[in-house]
Amino acid sequence: MTMSDAMDEEPPPTGIKLTEEQQRARRARSIAIAVSLGLLVLLFYIVTLVKGPGVVINRPL
Amino acid sequence: MSLTVARVEPSIASVGDYIELMKPRVMSLVVFTALVGLLVAPGHVHPVIGLTALICIAVGAGAAGALNMWYDADIDARMARTAARPIPAGRLAPGEALAFGLTLATFSVVVLGLLVNVFAAALLALTIAFYVVVYTMWLKRTTPHNIVIGGAAGALPPLIGWTAVTGHFAVEPVVLFLIIFFWTPPHFWALALYRTEDYARAGVPMLPVVAGAPETRRQILLYTLILAPLGIAPWILGYAGPAYGILATASGAIMIALAFRVRAEEHRQTANKYLACKQMFAFSILYLFLLFAMLLVDRMSAGFLGSLFGHFAA
Repeated sequence: MTMSDAMDEEPPPTGIKLTEEQQRARRARSIAIAVSLGLLVLLFYIVTLVKGPGVVINRPL
Repeated sequence: MSLTVARVEPSIASVGDYIELMKPRVMSLVVFTALVGLLVAPGHVHPVIGLTALICIAVGAGAAGALNMWYDADIDARMARTAARPIPAGRLAPGEALAFGLTLATFSVVVLGLLVNVFAAALLALTIAFYVVVYTMWLKRTTPHNIVIGGAAGALPPLIGWTAVTGHFAVEPVVLFLIIFFWTPPHFWALALYRTEDYARAGVPMLPVVAGAPETRRQILLYTLILAPLGIAPWILGYAGPAYGILATASGAIMIALAFRVRAEEHRQTANKYLACKQMFAFSILYLFLLFAMLLVDRMSAGFLGSLFGHFAA
């Protein structure tokens, strides 16, 4: 039996299989998280431009 | 408590459910009062930094809302007003709300500290902790003074906004804090009077449940009598102009009149027994909004006129 034959075989169903509704919900949540993180990066970028480089992290507290 | 039983099936929570966890309507009032604190504060802040502060305050308020819904899911399930919230309705597992709330709380405080200043971040952390730990976990289920003391959390946002500009704690914005602090009890007790059965069923010791309706109506009047002069205080102390003073006096007088009607309603036996309570609840929201909006208008017009006169003088 070659390697590819072994990979072609159907693996036994294990774990949780998401329903279509669950997949849709997960996808929507994933996109929302991605957008939020993108906005956070953008926020840090803009504030760094406004404050000038080096002042966001490196400053007296 | 059946709600804490972990749901094994994968989540079907939508983005909208998560947004609902953040209590958007409460959040809008928090952002609005924080904005007023931000603009009334002396000194100047770059608009981007001001906006960053507001976003962090909004997210922090949302985190507090989510943690509140996580902890109060058992109460919410037993009250008509809150039974449709994501957790009691079964659309979202308690653990999801807890993780969401903790993540947002951490991010909002850390980002506010890094991008704006650490004093504002410390106040935001205090606000979230006060709302979740002191109010939700401790006072809400144990004392009829729950909303009186817990109201401090709702009253802090203008101070956070102010501190975001000045970078240090100050006494001046305390009057803004006091207005919201004394506004909260009459506002919520007016609601609690016509929702008494709901609160009683859920086992929440709201004042009407514990002390009865007559005592609640008396307390509403007492707090309103303190609130109305406090509403005028920004004008007397010189933070706001006569237009604010007139508006605060007029709307404060309406609040007091409504509080007297709430008190008089006690002996009414008709179907409209709670008419004045409902009017008081609705008007109290408008009252707080008007006061803060007028502070904003006052500040903006003063700045505008000042720059105009400065322009002509130059």
